[in-house]
Amino acid sequence: MSSTVLPDYPEAGAEDAQARPIPVIHAPTDRIFREISRGSGTFVLAIMVLVGLFLTINAIDAISSVGVIDFVTTEEWAPETNNFGIAAVLTGTVMIAVVALIVSIPLSIGASLFITEVATGRVKRVMTSVIDLMAAVPSLVFGLWGLAWLQNHMVPFAYWLSTYFGWIPFFKVDGADPSNPLPDPALYTSSTFIAGIVVAMMIVPIQTSIMVESFSRAPQGEREGAYALGATKWGMIRSVVLPFGKGGMIGGVMLGLGRALGETIAIYLIISPLYEIRFNILENGSNSVAAMIALRYGEANSFSMSALMAAGLALFLLTMAINFTASTIIARSRSGADSEG
Amino acid sequence: MMTTTHPAPPPVSPAPSSDTGRTPTTYLPRQALPAQEVEPPRVRFGASPHERYSLPGAVVSSVSLALVLGPVTGMIPNGWVPISAFLLFLAAYAVLIGLDADGRAMRDKVAQVMLWSAGVLVITLVLLVIGYVFFRGWDVFRQVPWLDWGNNFITTDMSLTGPLRPISEGGVLHAIVGTLQQITIALIITVPLGTATALFLNEVKGRFARFVRTVVEAMTALPSVVAGLFIYATVILLFTKQYNGFAASLAITVLMLPIMIRSADVVLRLVPGNLREAGLALGGGQWAVVKHVVLPTVRSGLATAIILGTAHGIGETAPVLLTAGVTSNMNLNPFDGPQVSLPLAALEFVKAPQPDMKARGFATAALLLIIVLILFVLARLIGGQRAGEVTPRQLRRRAARSRRDQGRVERNYEAIRAELASLRVAPAGAVPSSGAPDAPTTSPGDHR
Repeated sequence: MSSTVLPDYPEAGAEDAQARPIPVIHAPTDRIFREISRGSGTFVLAIMVLVGLFLTINAIDAISSVGVIDFVTTEEWAPETNNFGIAAVLTGTVMIAVVALIVSIPLSIGASLFITEVATGRVKRVMTSVIDLMAAVPSLVFGLWGLAWLQNHMVPFAYWLSTYFGWIPFFKVDGADPSNPLPDPALYTSSTFIAGIVVAMMIVPIQTSIMVESFSRAPQGEREGAYALGATKWGMIRSVVLPFGKGGMIGGVMLGLGRALGETIAIYLIISPLYEIRFNILENGSNSVAAMIALRYGEANSFSMSALMAAGLALFLLTMAINFTASTIIARSRSGADSEG
Repeated sequence: MMTTTHPAPPPVSPAPSSDTGRTPTTYLPRQALPAQEVEPPRVRFGASPHERYSLPGAVVSSVSLALVLGPVTGMIPNGWVPISAFLLFLAAYAVLIGLDADGRAMRDKVAQVMLWSAGVLVITLVLLVIGYVFFRGWDVFRQVPWLDWGNNFITTDMSLTGPLRPISEGGVLHAIVGTLQQITIALIITVPLGTATALFLNEVKGRFARFVRTVVEAMTALPSVVAGLFIYATVILLFTKQYNGFAASLAITVLMLPIMIRSADVVLRLVPGNLREAGLALGGGQWAVVKHVVLPTVRSGLATAIILGTAHGIGETAPVLLTAGVTSNMNLNPFDGPQVSLPLAALEFVKAPQPDMKARGFATAALLLIIVLILFVLARLIGGQRAGEVTPRQLRRRAARSRRDQGRVERNYEAIRAELASLRVAPAGAVPSSGAPDAPTTSPGDHR
């Protein structure tokens, strides 16, 4: 009788199978290519190491004169009188970054879900281009916009917030008088709040592009499974896309946080520097490590330069720690994402 | 093990003659199927009038209600009108959908509207930022004597213009020159180094390459001011002892390198493995495959990476602030003395107290933004071409190259033939005549 015999698949013993070792001998040209490219990789690595090394060498002078503990806990910044520390500026940096995250996370989750799930065709392409364009706009331009446009339009909102929600410690503004019909706008300018909003604009693109990447990896089969079980689009997003994209979301937010901590010029333009820890985000006066370095670098004195190097070193270590964590999270979420095919 | 038997189908064409011996054969199930009919169009349920009109209805009602509350009756300040219009819109839309759908459908619709508004909000914000800077810069561009070539905003510097001079005087030529020189130096270092490193990550691979990739990814978020401090501590303090343009371009390089490597890395990762393997199977070494297969495949992607990296580098302000120094004079030598660039000049103008100087700052920022936008559009145009797609011009160039190759191949062939012939003459019968290859069968038109 005519019959077709299907071959046995060697899946049973697949784990035992091992590739035969193949000796590789590279031609001289290839060896040169490999060495040159390895050399450039090493060079790039060396730059990174040198950044840390030189900052440390230059910072030792300042840190050793006040001690590490004092350097971390002092709020003042007066290298001339040997009384300086990063407690205030570091707190300010973190507060600006937190405000930026609170503003940017909903915006970038919304924008990335819009790109991957809702928009199609031309709208999708335009939206992707706009996100890329937003990443290419120089931070100086954002800073100018924040200084000259956003600040004027945010002061009434800040006033409203502090009037009605002033009982929350963060929204309290010292010296504000709710009964005064003509509030002093200067109280509400140059604040952590406004700097945070501008920084939020600048970290939306990086967060969105990482999230778009991870949301679009949510497996098609599971999406269709959710639809087949009767889910609406939003139900599908909540039960399939968001859980699958969780790693990318966390990683993207952390990358954004890294950027927010290191942002310089926009904050430099907007804030009026303040060297004390204060949690009133709506009130005039704020500071960040990067902005302080940009503001004070002109002091030619080599000891104050060393102090600034120490502040830069602290910022460097902080952003690197956050970034390594973020890229580990993203890499891990990537490796698991395509297991379902 | 498994056996499948197909029922012997009613043969359409005379099947391998059934009258001969019963040799085991497989019959493909070919049947005389009727010609496939055109599928009737499926019935698709359009949106009901209720669904169709609820969105515009919600928009109209919420906007008018907000206008009544705001400018007309003055119950809410004018600044709140857009926000309250949006909130009212969400509420009105939810109510309209909820009239004849259950809660789940309502949540779905409202969530989709929220996602749309997130998208629209991002686009609006970008347009607002760009538009505002152009709007403020326009004030200056309007007053500049453009026709007076040699004496306008982009052909003069600020060396002879005091802070109180009118806008029509002075310009930013010194900053344009500085930006061009600094970005050129940065590109000269970044492009080869970045490409080589990206090739290292993708072609050489290995544990060390993975480590370098991790470090490069972390380095993309190196705070720009820290890069400036690093160059200050190395180049300026150790070598030059003064602010100069070269130090600024090195600082830009430190920031551009990781961006460049990352995007080149992403592009290189997309090169299909079978292209590489085809190159290797043809006997090319690793470098030959990189040069003739990998790099040509990613050319447009690499160009996009370089252009976007340039756009980022041009806009960097903080590292330049710490390394380049400030001057209002033209400085053509990046290795000696302070040299401003466009973002730095804009920053200095804006920090000045005089309104005209501030206006100049916005105009300089607008100029910078124009350059960035041009670069961005350029990157889109080049990057829009997918790998494997070719324009007619590229096709012609490839055909020409292929014809040249054919000439070379034929010449080589002739040389080998002659050599074989001489061999055959010298030791008689050493090479059998059948060993000679056949004549080439390709014609010039076949190559493409």
